[in-house]
Amino acid sequence: MADAPVTRTARTKDAFQALARAQLPRLLALARRLTRDGAEDLVQEALLRGYLAYGTLDVDEAAGGWLRVILVNVHRDRERKRARTAEEVPVADAEDFSLYRTLVDEDPFPYSDTLHLDFLHTFTREDVRQVLLRLPEIYRTPLVLCHMEGFSTKEVAEMCGAPLGTVLARLHRGRKAFEREMWDYAGDMDLLKQGRTP
Amino acid sequence: MTEPSAPVIPCDQAVRQLWEYVERAVNPVDHARIEDHLAICRQCCGEVEFIKHLRQLLASQTSDDVPPEALRHLDRFVEEL
Repeated sequence: MADAPVTRTARTKDAFQALARAQLPRLLALARRLTRDGAEDLVQEALLRGYLAYGTLDVDEAAGGWLRVILVNVHRDRERKRARTAEEVPVADAEDFSLYRTLVDEDPFPYSDTLHLDFLHTFTREDVRQVLLRLPEIYRTPLVLCHMEGFSTKEVAEMCGAPLGTVLARLHRGRKAFEREMWDYAGDMDLLKQGRTP
Repeated sequence: MTEPSAPVIPCDQAVRQLWEYVERAVNPVDHARIEDHLAICRQCCGEVEFIKHLRQLLASQTSDDVPPEALRHLDRFVEEL
């Protein structure tokens, strides 16, 4: 199998601007999932840090992931300043919650043969983002990075500056809390009554 | 003489680990216990499939729509770097 191409263009201002422009939608989407307020500021600070460190980027092909890691680091630093310590937040009743079983028990679409898929299809992308934003930050960040951005748990541990075991525990709680929040959000937003499709 | 096999774990114990099972993030012993449970529990098999759909839902969000105005602001910011 041929090796993936490895290129290193000159680290000029023009080259960084082209890179940044190409990555803007993805960076902004990530920032909007990580934080409820200040997503634009977060991207701007990440771009500034990226520009200053552009010379250290080894290969062009890694540029997108490199900028996303910088953005997560900026977010982590801000969260650390905001809350002096990242406390484990109890997620009420989420540990034993099962969205699958709740749907079976509550049966919100009694005439459906595909109850569980119908439930998921009521969620637009914006709904999913809003559900994520309801989660405590320490659970939201690993969930977004692992399940939406494709980083490994080891990479997330490095980015969050937390031991791997801590990240795995937060992911576990975060997934359960996500299930719980999906159910609560559907009720709060009347998604089940409307039976809407995205 | 063969060793007696461990009793099959109950649903609540399996459900707590199904995400990690789907992620292949459980140790071999727990993995085998969950497999034994799934062999006899249709509901937990359904839950495994549902978790796979939930993972797809999350993974499919990477290119979601972002506000055009915010993108324009950021584009201007890049221009002024």
